[in-house]
Order: sequence, then C-alpha cells, then structure tokens
Amino acid sequence: MRRRGRSIAALVLATLFGALFAAAAFAVNPDEMLSDPVLEARARALSAELRCLVCQNQSIDDSDAPLARDIRLLIRERIKNGESNEEVKAFLVSRYGDFILLKPPFKPETWLLWLGAPIVLALGAGLVWSARRREAAAPTPLTPEEERRLAEIEG
Amino acid sequence: MNVELGHFALALALALALVQAVAPFIGARRLDDALMRVGLSAAVGQFFMVALSFAALADAHLQSDFSVLNVAENSHSALPAIYKITGVWGNHEGSMLLWSLILATFGAIVALIGRGAPLRLRADALSVQGVLSAAFLAFILFTSDPFERLWPAPLEGRDLNPILQDPGLAIHPPLLYLGYVGFSITFSFAAAALIEGRIDAAWARFVRPFALIAWCFLTLGIAMGSYWAYYTLGWGGFWFWDPVENASLMPWLAGTAFLHSVAVMEKRGALKVWTIFLAILAFSFSLLGTFLVRSGVLTSVHAFANDPRRGVAILFILALFISGALALFAWRAPGLKQGGLFAPISREGALVLNNLLLATACFAVLLGTLYPLALEQATGEKISVGAPFFNLTCGALLLAAAFALPFGHSLAWKRGDFLGVAQRLSVALGAGALLGVALIAFSARMPPLAAIAAGLALFVILGTLTEVFVRVTRSGFAPRIVFSRALGLPLSFWGATLAHLGVGATLLGLAMTGLGAENIVAMKAGETQAIGPYTFTIDRIEARDGPNYQETVAVSTLKKDGVVVARLEPSRRSFSTREAATTEAGIVTLNFGQVYVSIGDPDDNGAVAARLYWKPLVTFIWFGAILMAVGGAASLADRRLRIGAPRLAAARYAEAA
Repeated sequence: MRRRGRSIAALVLATLFGALFAAAAFAVNPDEMLSDPVLEARARALSAELRCLVCQNQSIDDSDAPLARDIRLLIRERIKNGESNEEVKAFLVSRYGDFILLKPPFKPETWLLWLGAPIVLALGAGLVWSARRREAAAPTPLTPEEERRLAEIEG
Repeated sequence: MNVELGHFALALALALALVQAVAPFIGARRLDDALMRVGLSAAVGQFFMVALSFAALADAHLQSDFSVLNVAENSHSALPAIYKITGVWGNHEGSMLLWSLILATFGAIVALIGRGAPLRLRADALSVQGVLSAAFLAFILFTSDPFERLWPAPLEGRDLNPILQDPGLAIHPPLLYLGYVGFSITFSFAAAALIEGRIDAAWARFVRPFALIAWCFLTLGIAMGSYWAYYTLGWGGFWFWDPVENASLMPWLAGTAFLHSVAVMEKRGALKVWTIFLAILAFSFSLLGTFLVRSGVLTSVHAFANDPRRGVAILFILALFISGALALFAWRAPGLKQGGLFAPISREGALVLNNLLLATACFAVLLGTLYPLALEQATGEKISVGAPFFNLTCGALLLAAAFALPFGHSLAWKRGDFLGVAQRLSVALGAGALLGVALIAFSARMPPLAAIAAGLALFVILGTLTEVFVRVTRSGFAPRIVFSRALGLPLSFWGATLAHLGVGATLLGLAMTGLGAENIVAMKAGETQAIGPYTFTIDRIEARDGPNYQETVAVSTLKKDGVVVARLEPSRRSFSTREAATTEAGIVTLNFGQVYVSIGDPDDNGAVAARLYWKPLVTFIWFGAILMAVGGAASLADRRLRIGAPRLAAARYAEAA
C-alpha cells in the first residue's frame, strides 16, 4: 500500500473520489545514492526529468514506487559506467518510449504542443495591432485647411 | 429522518433553481417586473434549501450515522469532530454539494444586495445562474446522491482517508470552490450583458467586486493547497504542474487577466469585448477543472470507468455551458460598442500587454494539460508533459509579465510618459539586475533562471514601491504632508500595490529555492548532520499512540553555532483502519526560511532515512499569495468599488437632480 503516488493531483483526486489511497515514504533513499557527489548530482538532475511510469505526472526523483526505484538504480549504474546523460535517456526511451520523458521531444506529433503558445502570442499581438490600426484610422485628422478654419473660428 | 429531509430539500432546491432559470428570463423579455423579481426570491429560496441539505449531510457525518452510505464510506466514529465535518466534502458527493451550496450563496448575494445593477440585467444573470444551479443539482440528485442509505448499516465506518485528516483539508477545498464558483457571477453577468446586447462601465463596476472576491479566494486556495502539499508530502515540493493543479491555475490566470481588463473597461470604457470574453473564459476553466478532476479522465486510461454516468454528465454540463456561452459571444459580441482610445504607451497599453501574456500563459497550461490526452486519443501515442515544458512556456511568459509589471503600475492612463517612467524605475531596475548578476556570479548552486527570477522579483518589489514613493512625495517631503498624501491615495491603489508586492514576494520565494541545501542520509538516534547553516541531531526515536494512529517520532534538536534554535519532531504515522501511513514533517521557520525534516520507517538497525532541507525565504512563496489576497481585499474595501456602490452613487445623483 505504501507505494502509491504522492503528487498533489493524487491527493486532490483522492479527496474528490474518496478513493482508497495511501501516503508515501520517500523518493530517493540514502542507500541508493552514489558516493561520488558529482555523479550523484547528475543522477538527481536526470531523475527529475524522467517520469515515474506508474504514477500521475511525477518524476522518478519524487516517486517511491518500486519501478521508480529500479529506474533510479539503473541510471546510477549507467552513469557509473561512464554513459552520458543523453545515452542514458536514449536507452530509457528505447525501452519505455517517449512517455518516460517529462519534457516531450520536439517532433511532428508535438509541433503543435511546443509552437502553440508562441503562435497564440503572435496571433494575439497581431490582433491587438490590427485593432489599434482600425481604431486609429477611424477619426480622420483635420486637414491643414480645416485646421486654419478652426483657428479662425476660435479666433 | 434528517437525512430524508436533506434529500427532500435538495429536490426542492432543484425545483426552485428551475423556476429561477425560467421566470426572470421571461420577465426580462416581457419587461414584467414582478416576474423578474420571482427570480430574486427563487435564488434566495434555493440557497436556503441547499444550505438545509448541506446541514443535514453534515449532521449525519457528525453523528456518525453509518446507515448513510456516504458517511459509512468516509467517516469513522473515532474520528476527531473537526475531521468528521471536513469529511463532508472529503469525497465526491459531498464536495459536489459544497460546490452547489457556494453557487447558491453567490446567487442569493446577487439577489439580496445587487440593487446597484439594473433589474433586467440582474434578472438575466440570475436566470443563467439558475440554469447552472439546476444542472449541478440534477447532477448530484441523479448520479451522485450523498443521501443514499445503506442497509443493514455497518457498525463502523471505513474512515476518512488519513492524508485528508489534516487542518489543510479543512480549508483548502472550500477556498478553492469559493474561487471557482465566484467566477460564475462574472460568467452569468457576461452572458446577461450579451443577451441584452449592452455593456458599460456600470456593468464593470458591479461585476468587479465579485471577481475580486473570487480571485482572492482562489489565490488563497491555491496557496493553501500548495502549502498543504509542501508539508504533507515529506520532501518539500510545493508545485508539480500536475493536471489538477493546472486546473486551478487556469481560472486564476484568466481571472487575473479579467481583473486587469475590467479595470480598463471601468475607467476608460475600452476593451469591452475582450473583458466579456475573459469573464466567460475564467468560469469555463473552473468548469473544465471540475470536469478533469471529477470525471476520472485523469486517473486512468479507462476514462470513465469509475462511473461512466458521472463523467458523461459533467462533460455534458461543461459542453453545454462553454459552447453555449461562446456561441452567444460570437453572435452578440460584434454588436457591442467599443470605446476609449489610448496610446500604446499608457496604463491601458500595459494592461493589454499584461492580458496578452497572461492569456497566452493560460493557453500554454491548457495545451500542456490536454495535449497528452488528445494525442493519445488521436494516435494512441503516449507522451508526458511535465515541469520542464511548463517552466519553458508558462514560466517564461509569466516572467515577461513580471518584467512589464512595474511599468504598467507606474504609467498614466490614456497617454503615458515612457521615458519619465523608465527614469523613475531605473534605480529598481539597476538593483534587480545587480542582484541577478551577483547571484549568477557568486552562487554556483543557483541555476541561471532562478537568478534571473530573483532579479526580476527585486525589480517588481522596488518598482512598485517607487510608485508609492513618487505619489506620496509629490507635494513635498515633510512627514506630515507625506502621511496625509498616503492617506489620500485611494484604497484601490494600495490594493494594487499590495498585490504587486505579493507577486514580487512569491517570485522571490520561488527563485530562492535555488539557494537551498539538501541532505538525504540514514541516521540513528544520537547522530548529527549538517544542513545549510545549521546542525541537526536526532536525540531519540520513540513510538507514540495518537487517537486513531500509531507513530514513530524522531525527537531532535536543531543548532546553529552550538546554540539550540529549535526542537523538531518529524514522524511517520500509520493508520490501521486503512492500512495507510503518512509522513509528518518537522518544520521550523527561521528568518522567513525553513528547515524541513522528514523521516522514513526505522530499519532493523534502528536507523531512519532522514531528508533534511534548508529552504531560504521559502515562506515568501505563500506570504506573497496572502499579500495578493490582502491587496484584493483592500481594493474591495475601496468605497467606490464596494458591492452596491453604484446604487449609492445613483441615489446621490437622484438627490442632486
């Protein structure tokens, strides 16, 4: 029962569903950690980018599911053997698919995801721009002739 | 007996909601005052019926009446009284009833004290509220009945989920719901304005207080939820970009944008169509959040497996209201008269920029939340969208908005003097840049983005204070003059100032997490470990009994330079009824930062896995949110903006005439 996810989503979902749900112990445990602080720091940073496959949107660094622990041990093993972060990630993607990456790769299926916000920002800016031009165009400024007559009338 | 009464009251409330939906609408079309007023009475009556129903359910929980299914599944006779009450909304059925109660409360407020708005507008708005209420009440009665009986009644309940047995739960959902549902008022009034085809500054003046109330509660609710996660999860995380959190962030972003654009509309008559659109959007996101959380789409791949009827019903309600409102918008909005010209460099211009950035940030959150679901439906491919994506999109946009904030805060309406403002803000800008560069240069631990955010935060804080300084010293530096000028500034200015300082404080708190320290280590009683500037010693590890749990406590001491600064008691609790365990972190606040310690279960050698954190300035994250809400409340207290203020103004006008 202790291995369930701990994210706030799960908490709130639990609130709302009244689902049976258990709290967690820990994510990274002292016995898993590498003795070399530099390698360990790399492993931690890498863990934060990898999704725990059986939880709700949690990284394996935060999760205490047994699977997350297995992957944590696996990446430490690979880092110790001299693999780069990219090599470790590539191995995990070949094994579990893109689902394991919390930062989705940029590829045709995710173009819309990555470019959506910039496109909307540009569209919004364009809309503001054109609305301003329309507004500005509405009252035509006085011609020099009219200005002169206005000045005359005002005396 | 009470339970049946509650059930009956709920059915009556549904009937009244239907009356409220139909009568005032017809009245408004026929210009029949009496019929329009039926809507007001129905709204008040509906509130009393829902309140009665809620009280009946609360009573059943308090008395541990296990013949009610809802009580038997979510309560226990040994539960402390406070958690018997909070358990009422700690489950699906009860939380929906709370939602409806708050909806009815806002409706009744509009009916009782909304005399500032024209009767016809109010009648239309109450009619929309009536449709909303009816939809949710019918949803409760037909798919999520909290009053269902259980026979034979069990001797004991299955207990409230231990994680929910926490004071945080007592206030988090109600705050969040007050925020979510508060935006239903802006939604209803936007729909009413579209039905009438007319909108003006008076509309803005009437709706703005409701939006402010909703926004304050939503701000507090999100902050509370985040702090709750922080202290219950055992490792000090406070925001996860999780779909359910995103569901509460989206209405907050849309609501924040709305508050800024409605200010423009009230003051200058501009941005009417956009403001209406945001009003619809804010509540649509509230509904979307409800759908995401309640339907089960997010829990598993078996989308509606829990109870298909519930998910489909909520999806239906969602589609009905959002598409209905947007269709109404597309049909009627082009006919609304625009007004109020302004130069691009002006307060209005800055607020347009603010709206553009907030709305895009909101869209980025929406995209990141729904994209994986949509992609899986379309192609069967599974991807994850997590924190790195949101930090790059939503985070970047919000940082840009933070940079623009002091400029918008300082620019004048209609036509601003950019050079003058830039000159005034140069000190704040310089200080912020200096802090950012210094942090990058001297702290190896700090990620560059956090350093930039820290610099921006200082700029926001100092820039906001600069404007205060300029305003209070406009007619001289003598203390008496400064003081009287400060008193003379409108409360809404102080409100905006506080809220903007809150933004700066939250940003600073977030940025400074980069300077913290972490130490994860196995510790036995008597051992000492360093954490940040402190040393942490476990004096002894002991077992204790709570009212409905057993716990292992690490009684410990925190020292700085050999002097004891705090005693901590982090613990692990296990609840036998649900075979569940929770982590109770030991937390102490020191100079706005916190030392945070949590422990795991002891192993065979008596050692516990201890996680020690030093989080400098971490409390600023939540102090900032409180400051924002206080700012909102200050604005609310401004007598020009108070609910009903337009009525007083109208009365004075009538007297003068």
